[in-house]
Amino acid sequence: MFVIKCPYCGERDQTEFSCHGEAHIARPDNPAEVSDEEWGEYLFFRNNPKGIHFERWTHDHGCRRWFNVMRDTVSDKIMKTYKMGDQKPGVQDV
Amino acid sequence: MKYSFYNLVRNSFSYHENWEKAWSSPELKPEYDVIIIGGGGHGLGTAYYLAKEFGVKNIAVLEKGWIGGGNTGRNTTIIRSNYLWDESAALYNHAVNLWEGLSSELNFNVMFSQRGLFHLAHSVHDMQEITRRGYSNYLNGIDAEILNQEQVAKKIPHMNMHGRYPVLGALLQRRAGTARHDAVAWGYARAAENLGVDIIQNCEVKGIDISNGKVVGLQTTKGSVKVDKVGLVPAGHSSVLADMAGFTLPINSVPLQALVSEPIKPILDCVIMSNSVHVYVSQSDKGELVVGAGSDAYNSYSQRGSFDMIEHMMAPLVELFPIFSRLKMLRSWGGIVDVTPDRSPIIGKTPVKDLFINCGWGTGGFKATPGSAHVFAETVAKGEPNDIAAPFSLDRHYSGALVDEAAAAAVAH
Repeated sequence: MFVIKCPYCGERDQTEFSCHGEAHIARPDNPAEVSDEEWGEYLFFRNNPKGIHFERWTHDHGCRRWFNVMRDTVSDKIMKTYKMGDQKPGVQDV
Repeated sequence: MKYSFYNLVRNSFSYHENWEKAWSSPELKPEYDVIIIGGGGHGLGTAYYLAKEFGVKNIAVLEKGWIGGGNTGRNTTIIRSNYLWDESAALYNHAVNLWEGLSSELNFNVMFSQRGLFHLAHSVHDMQEITRRGYSNYLNGIDAEILNQEQVAKKIPHMNMHGRYPVLGALLQRRAGTARHDAVAWGYARAAENLGVDIIQNCEVKGIDISNGKVVGLQTTKGSVKVDKVGLVPAGHSSVLADMAGFTLPINSVPLQALVSEPIKPILDCVIMSNSVHVYVSQSDKGELVVGAGSDAYNSYSQRGSFDMIEHMMAPLVELFPIFSRLKMLRSWGGIVDVTPDRSPIIGKTPVKDLFINCGWGTGGFKATPGSAHVFAETVAKGEPNDIAAPFSLDRHYSGALVDEAAAAAVAH
């Protein structure tokens, strides 16, 4: 089990949080114009790396705010947590 | 050597020391017609049906660990086909039909036990759901019985019918049950090798060679190999292999765990499953209770689930069966399951020519093993999916024709 550092509340137990999948996915600006392939990619296709993963979490039983997590999916180690809208960190940032 | 009563008696004279190995450890040849990546039940079964029914001669199965050591050996062995949608019903019932003859077909006892499965309903909504699904099952020729509270109480006398979430009824599939998971991998491996399939263990694929959009070879930890067609059946690592071939999948890999209790005398002669309170349980032939529930919600390849999920499994179990509350749990384990957005598998072609994929079985792949292997073998042999496999193409995520199967997960989601 992890301890997760909420960018707003600090370190809390993992059971206070829930995970909501890959982060940094941009909705197409012009949904009516994109092809079925592009829309399908946006809706369903996901990076599912064995290694560094960027994902969205919410602090359900705390501040209830959304934030992003950079985590290693092999060791489950959390490398960094950061606020929505912040720049996606690189490996050199952790 | 055929497993038979005659051979059992004959080998007893030499104290059972001269049984030949069920499968050998051949060297990787430089070239194959078909290579299946993934030596679980689905992969080994695919190789078996390719050799037996589709006349492919030169086949290898590559497994990075030992056969059946992934999700085939990490599930709760439940088999059923009471799915809602026609597409799923056809696929999973094809599997149950094959399960029924599997032990004699493979000459290997897979201990398929059709002990019946009760899917519990705890609310008016649940009753409506099982009624709808039960009638859908009737129409698809799948056995289903909709039971009321009294009938369930009579069948499972030690279940607490009046807990916080009372049991109001159940959907019973009598043809459902369990099988011995390791035996499924071993049985397919032995039968496939008897048909000339090379089973290469401890051989991890590190790269996929593609030329002009067609797969031509593989780079493995045991050297490179040329190949005409490849079938990917890697379960949790599907995205990793797809990445090597240069495409992505609509899949997230998450941990799913299960656990067994200390062995006790026979007490539960059926499989119990509840979506609403989130648990499923059966008793193995060794006497252990085999308990499972939901997967973790975050991506991971760690092969271990989070500790709090265990409490989420145990709480509904002791609520339903207070009699189990003082049992000790002996072992827990995790597998990495490849979950699709609609909880239905992906079987068929990929953007790379002659590279086929069978993945996305998520939390419920074991039950489908023979059916999945059979339809995938036909897909690989003919280059096109058959009528059963066709709705499960990768393309459905572009067309929107999802097979949105809430019943695919054994639990609520």
